[in-house]
Amino acid sequence: MSISFTVNGKRHELDVEPEMPLLWALRDEIGLTGTKFGCGVAACGACTVHVDGMAMRSCVTPVEMVDGAEITTIEGLAAAHGAGAGELSALQAAWVARQVPQCGYCQSGMLMAVSALLAENPQPTDEDIDAAITNICRCGTYPRIRAAIRDVTSA
Amino acid sequence: MAIEIKKPTRRQFLIAGGAAAGGGLLLGIGFATSGPSRRMQAEAAAAEEGERFVTTWLKIAPDNMVTVYVPHSDMGQGTITALAMMAAEELEADWSLVTAEQAPAERAFANESLGNDIVSGDDVPPMLKGVTAATWYQVAKFMNLQVTGGSTAVRYTGQHGMRVTGAAAKDMLVKAAAARWRVSPSDCTASMSAVTGPNGESATYGELAAEAAAYSPSARPALKPKSEWKIIGTARPRFDIPGKVDGSAKYGVDARPEGLLYAAVKLGPVSRSRVVSYDASEILKRRGVKQVVEFPGGVAVIADNFWRAKQAAFALEVEFDAGGNEAVSSETIFAAQDKALSGSTEKDKEVGNAASVFSSASETGATIVSAEYRVPYLAHACMEPMNCTVWIRDGKADVWVGCQDPLGARARIADIAGIGFDNVTVHPMLLGGGFGRRVPIREMFFNFPSEIDFAAIIAGQVDAPVKLVYTREDDIQHDAYRPAVTSRIRAVVGADGFPTAYENLYVYKDEPAEAPHIPYAVPHQSIRFAEVPTHVPRGPWRSVAHTQHTFFSESFFDELAHRAGADPLEYRLALLKDQPRHAAVLRLAAEKAGWGRPLPQGHFHGLAVQQSFGSIVAEVAEVSIEGGSPRVHRVVAAVDCGQVVHPDTAAQQVESGIIYGLTAALYGEISIENGAVVQTNFTDYEMLHLSECPEIEVHFVDSDAPIGGLGEPSTPVITAAVANAVYAATGTRIRQLPFKLHDLKPVSDKFAQAAD
Repeated sequence: MSISFTVNGKRHELDVEPEMPLLWALRDEIGLTGTKFGCGVAACGACTVHVDGMAMRSCVTPVEMVDGAEITTIEGLAAAHGAGAGELSALQAAWVARQVPQCGYCQSGMLMAVSALLAENPQPTDEDIDAAITNICRCGTYPRIRAAIRDVTSA
Repeated sequence: MAIEIKKPTRRQFLIAGGAAAGGGLLLGIGFATSGPSRRMQAEAAAAEEGERFVTTWLKIAPDNMVTVYVPHSDMGQGTITALAMMAAEELEADWSLVTAEQAPAERAFANESLGNDIVSGDDVPPMLKGVTAATWYQVAKFMNLQVTGGSTAVRYTGQHGMRVTGAAAKDMLVKAAAARWRVSPSDCTASMSAVTGPNGESATYGELAAEAAAYSPSARPALKPKSEWKIIGTARPRFDIPGKVDGSAKYGVDARPEGLLYAAVKLGPVSRSRVVSYDASEILKRRGVKQVVEFPGGVAVIADNFWRAKQAAFALEVEFDAGGNEAVSSETIFAAQDKALSGSTEKDKEVGNAASVFSSASETGATIVSAEYRVPYLAHACMEPMNCTVWIRDGKADVWVGCQDPLGARARIADIAGIGFDNVTVHPMLLGGGFGRRVPIREMFFNFPSEIDFAAIIAGQVDAPVKLVYTREDDIQHDAYRPAVTSRIRAVVGADGFPTAYENLYVYKDEPAEAPHIPYAVPHQSIRFAEVPTHVPRGPWRSVAHTQHTFFSESFFDELAHRAGADPLEYRLALLKDQPRHAAVLRLAAEKAGWGRPLPQGHFHGLAVQQSFGSIVAEVAEVSIEGGSPRVHRVVAAVDCGQVVHPDTAAQQVESGIIYGLTAALYGEISIENGAVVQTNFTDYEMLHLSECPEIEVHFVDSDAPIGGLGEPSTPVITAAVANAVYAATGTRIRQLPFKLHDLKPVSDKFAQAAD
């Protein structure tokens, strides 16, 4: 079965099983490794991408569900926010300024989840952040994630 | 880049310089431990037999860029940046012209400063001695160490390796400049990556590097006094951050050599199982499946996409022989521990004559207080599942892996694949978490094969590069765990409420050896242990044996304080008269947390203190009870780690350790049924989320003590601090972890019930 979608503005046509999770299509078929495998059951959020602007956990999203969709991964996050080549989005820049990542493995998913939250709700309350950002980080970057979110919001 | 490494003799100061391709300077150092004692001389003689290699290196390029090669893995601790800062400080480098990277897995970059401490028996965590002994077993002739663990990078490699390297290089550059200008080196000044002379001469390090390489490094370069530090003690942005926010950072699991195939495994549910039989005929018909291969303990499916491999491995039916271990459960393990602790135990530490004080307690009118504590197995649950990519062909192997000892991994793969060490190339990748899980060889703890071993065995049967990836279920169910441990503590308490004798009987003498010891002034102590072997693999877990022992002893002394009707802070301080550093961090944490001052209704404080890995940490936790569980609102930590090299990453490591420890305290439980691990994924091995994360404040004591570690010391303290706050909130003493096992009731509810 042929499935087509765009990833970071580039069109891809894949001949894969319809039930193959988007995560593995991105990583192993297309070669975009910024989106991470963490749990395979949508529990950790390391694989979060945007599907037509919505945050989705790609490890449980069959490719047939995203046929014709526009997908953004961490590699395309800056460009999706109008940043030029080699530049970062305001959110990514806040992540650098706060020196948020430690091992960094969960941070692609964190940034994708937070950017989707802010697109929908630019001034989230702490409770909004708690409810929306359920991604897991094992290094304990949570306090800095909250601080970096606050750097780009005024709430 | 060809690097010629001289093999200096033992009696020389072990510095070697050399010209790098392109005219730059490459400098590395080793250093001799020359000491007057016979012990030191004996060690020096013993060390002479091993071939000593230069250690941490820095390179100066003609364009004046300095590259520091760091022989440690950066798992997010900021090690690579912090160590580069220490070299740059002594080098008098312009920080904007400094970069750093993880050293290649080559012997030339072995970490001799760590090795020297191990050889000389300084207080390197014995855990590392085991790891390195295993490494040496593979390449006994070489100082073959790139181990990251035991919170050692800054305090050993940084202090003894990086600073000396930088200082020696600066001296060589100054000598080269002085010769060029025909002036005295003492009339030249090095600053901001340039040397200036007495008559206005100036040359950059890049311009001088080739000439500097001709000089022998000074034997004992002078190190800068703390008062002149400009880089150490400041928060420089980490080198690794940008790639971690734009998706370009490459972890082990991201390796994609040309022609890559993927391996997913079916492991025996019971550790150490043997494959009896399997039928791969249907599996081999699946799309993308290339091969099915067996390895000790499991069967691997090789496919052209990891998902296809994983689905096929899941469907593959394999019969395993668990060798009788299927009868083991958490219940039988704890029963065996109870039995062992009631039998004869081995000596850990004896002070005075505790046995006699206990036996005469009834005559003297003293009271015996006793408590039994218990902690479960814990998995590491690194965010990046275990993986290793190996390509074996033409008598050579290439390995892509993020691990806590790339050189050890190289030796291990060479051994397993039957390929010479020189024909194995390890490409170090980033680690998506380590916490002790990514130490490639664990023979010290348990003869338990790692994923790296499996990857090598599997790749040996496949004519392509193969990336073995564990699913999260494989990772949770086939870890090398923080062991389940029982501890029975007793004390003889006098009329003043203070203990005269202390006894701790526990299982597993693990590392660090001092973890079960207490800082408190108790005149008679008997600390003993029993070994209770099981088939469940054990491994180092962030802070290792301190995780359980700090919970045991800091809970018990809190029990004694409450029993005496004393303030837990004052009670500890009274027992810490000879431990001023402990007392100082306790006082600082208490002061910053507002210990003793009113808290919001329903909130309670608990505190604990522990020395580990050369640092002392006190934490005060502010806790309330919500829905039967502790809710931790705020944690204030005070830390004495000696000089702080990088204040921002230092604070971050303390935050990190607290959250890692708190996660385990609240939720962490690996249990065994029918010989196998019950938990499977984050759904039943739960993690702390952002919404539950307390506010954390970190304060560093202004200290001139030797530099201590920071990756681990904050982890063990939090559990006891929360348990002690829970007691204050509920009157219930939690002696078994995790907290989720207990349905807690606030004291106020109990009063309400009593009123009813």
